[in-house]
Amino acid sequence: MTISIDPQKTNNESLQPKGWLRYFSFSLDHKVIGIQYLVCGFLFYLIGGTLASAIRIELASPMSDFMPRDVYNQVLTLHGTIMIFLWIVPVVNGAFGNYLIPFYVGARDMAFPRLNAVAFWLIPPSGLMLVASYFVDGAAQAGWTAYPPLSITTPQSGQIIWILSVLLLGGSSIFGGINFIATIIKLRRPGLKLMQLPMYCWAMLGTSLLVVLSTPVLAGTLILLSFDIIANTGFFNPVLGGNVVVYQHLFWFYSHPAVYIMVLPAFGLVSEILPVHARKPLFGYTTMVFSIMGIVVLGLVVWAHHMFTSGTPPWMRLFFTIATAFIAVPTGIKFFNWVATLWGGKISINSAMLFSCGFIINFVFGGITGVALAQVPFDIHVHDTYFVVAHFHYIVYGGTVFIIFSSIYHWFPKVTGKMLNEKLGILHFIITFIGFNLCFAPQHWLGLNGMPRRVAEYDPQFQFVNQISSLGALLMAISTIPFLINVLLSVRNGKDAGDNPWNALTPEWLTSSPPPVENWEGEAPLVEEPYGYGKEISEQK
Amino acid sequence: MTTLDSSKEIQKNNSEVNETHEDFRMFGLITFLIADGMTFAGFFAAYLTYKAVNPLPDGAIYELELPIPTLNTILLLVSSATFHKAGKALLKDKNSDSQKWLFFTALLGIIFLICQLFEYFHLPFGLTDNLFASTFYALTGFHGLHVTLGTLMILIIAWQSRINGGRLTSQNMFPLEAVELYWHFVDGIWVILFIILYLL
Repeated sequence: MTISIDPQKTNNESLQPKGWLRYFSFSLDHKVIGIQYLVCGFLFYLIGGTLASAIRIELASPMSDFMPRDVYNQVLTLHGTIMIFLWIVPVVNGAFGNYLIPFYVGARDMAFPRLNAVAFWLIPPSGLMLVASYFVDGAAQAGWTAYPPLSITTPQSGQIIWILSVLLLGGSSIFGGINFIATIIKLRRPGLKLMQLPMYCWAMLGTSLLVVLSTPVLAGTLILLSFDIIANTGFFNPVLGGNVVVYQHLFWFYSHPAVYIMVLPAFGLVSEILPVHARKPLFGYTTMVFSIMGIVVLGLVVWAHHMFTSGTPPWMRLFFTIATAFIAVPTGIKFFNWVATLWGGKISINSAMLFSCGFIINFVFGGITGVALAQVPFDIHVHDTYFVVAHFHYIVYGGTVFIIFSSIYHWFPKVTGKMLNEKLGILHFIITFIGFNLCFAPQHWLGLNGMPRRVAEYDPQFQFVNQISSLGALLMAISTIPFLINVLLSVRNGKDAGDNPWNALTPEWLTSSPPPVENWEGEAPLVEEPYGYGKEISEQK
Repeated sequence: MTTLDSSKEIQKNNSEVNETHEDFRMFGLITFLIADGMTFAGFFAAYLTYKAVNPLPDGAIYELELPIPTLNTILLLVSSATFHKAGKALLKDKNSDSQKWLFFTALLGIIFLICQLFEYFHLPFGLTDNLFASTFYALTGFHGLHVTLGTLMILIIAWQSRINGGRLTSQNMFPLEAVELYWHFVDGIWVILFIILYLL
């Protein structure tokens, strides 16, 4: 069955606000929704970053003197939840996915534009609800993992608001995932084969499969947890005969894939950025595709490596250690492919390239500590210490957030038609890179020496290293300033970019910048070789 | 191929083209049902784990009576068949037949819910009595919520398939097909639930 579109019906311009107002409307345009995701996510990043600064100020001294201990618990819970569910997941999936995927498949919009708008508009209210819970009766205190019995025994109202908020955000994520799968599989332009798609499409397809398969399990788990809190049932309450380990299994069945939901799209984005600025084809396209799908499959069967200290039986430890170690193989393939893409390329040292290279360096470090953490004897030693904190910040900040910034530098000319200031961009990169490594590299040492995470006070012998870490956090906070100045100035007064300032070959650059509504004047171009750099001009499409 | 939406502005140079695209709403619905099925899979996994590793306190009742749930299984299976009949009738443009079958299907759904409530009121345990009781109510309650939503949707499409002015015709089958797929999904979940919860 086909749906025909009546041109008369589609032409009611009066219903849509113009200019900047459309970013506050229930717009169905995938480009508007993408920017809504990005700006909304960045505002929450500023809130989450402020909370992180509060944590680092508290930890600059061994005593809990900056804030009371229960407030510290609330701050770290809000920091984790906001950064994961309101900044990284919406931005790296929703923002770039909505903006780029329709271009990449040669479509005029996403498969379900209305569902797309609903998915975005679930985010601001649930985010505000989460932040506001602090002022009601104190926010949730059980960390972003909300492990029972902690989450059952801490004050109820904050925890319930937290659950409600995460359920709404999970719903938004599932709607987005359904939309991406349908768009990539069903909405491709005639003649465009799957193996000709830019790599970000594959990354988003894999990510969306993970979202659709694992997020509902978290939703079900949180519903059971809310029953435990409100209705006094005993699913996860040992006092009433419940089982806390079941919660951990169900929670990590979502939350380990969630790591890939946060990092796979970044893999896709870096695979778009590197070939453009190195003027070389992406190395090993086919192996990249199979690596992504391999990570998707393996990512669903490694969750219990978060639970090696939860009385996990030996066979389970063995299985999950081996499965986790296997993930290093596809990830390693991707890493070598990126290095090989750079190898011998005509590299432009600009902000987008610098952030991408920063990603590669940080990510390999986080990857190595990840493989180390998968080994049971080592994991038991450093479980719940700052080593784990350092590891996952190397993945989610050093990995994904670096790529978010890289992507903003790369696609800003596409979205606005203006260039960002390169000097400010490079300054932003230098402060971020130094600040990030200064903040998180010492935390490996802290963890190895036994400093537990999520505690406001610590042994005075760790004070000096913690102060170095806090200094790094200060630099990270400062690094936002040149970035904000750069964006706010360039959006009005930036140098005109032209339609294709990077001479890129991927489809989004083959239309005007900023692109028209419905993306293309006339029919969408057929891009069979999105990475055909370094060939004779006549061979290029 | 395009996703032009009726409420979106369109460029002038495209406005003369009457573009069409494949209908992939069913594809989206199937993806959603896979996600929904994963929620149930999580509940089932939790229930089976509890059964395997968490012994119940002495004297806890966890034997269930079979007659009502067996009747409920039959009701839902029959309702799947009657829904199928409704679709066949609509395909042959017999709107009034289709509407009758839909109302009958909705009636079966309502009887299912009444039986379920009857069972709830006559069970010897409450929601918070023990782990088995809590899981039982959570699983059947979550499924019952799906049946309730399904019944409401059937009533809506039954109204839409009325002869004069109904928007459901043999040319516009999607609402019926979508609800039918959802209904079969809910029935399938019930069969699994029945086996795991009552028979195992």
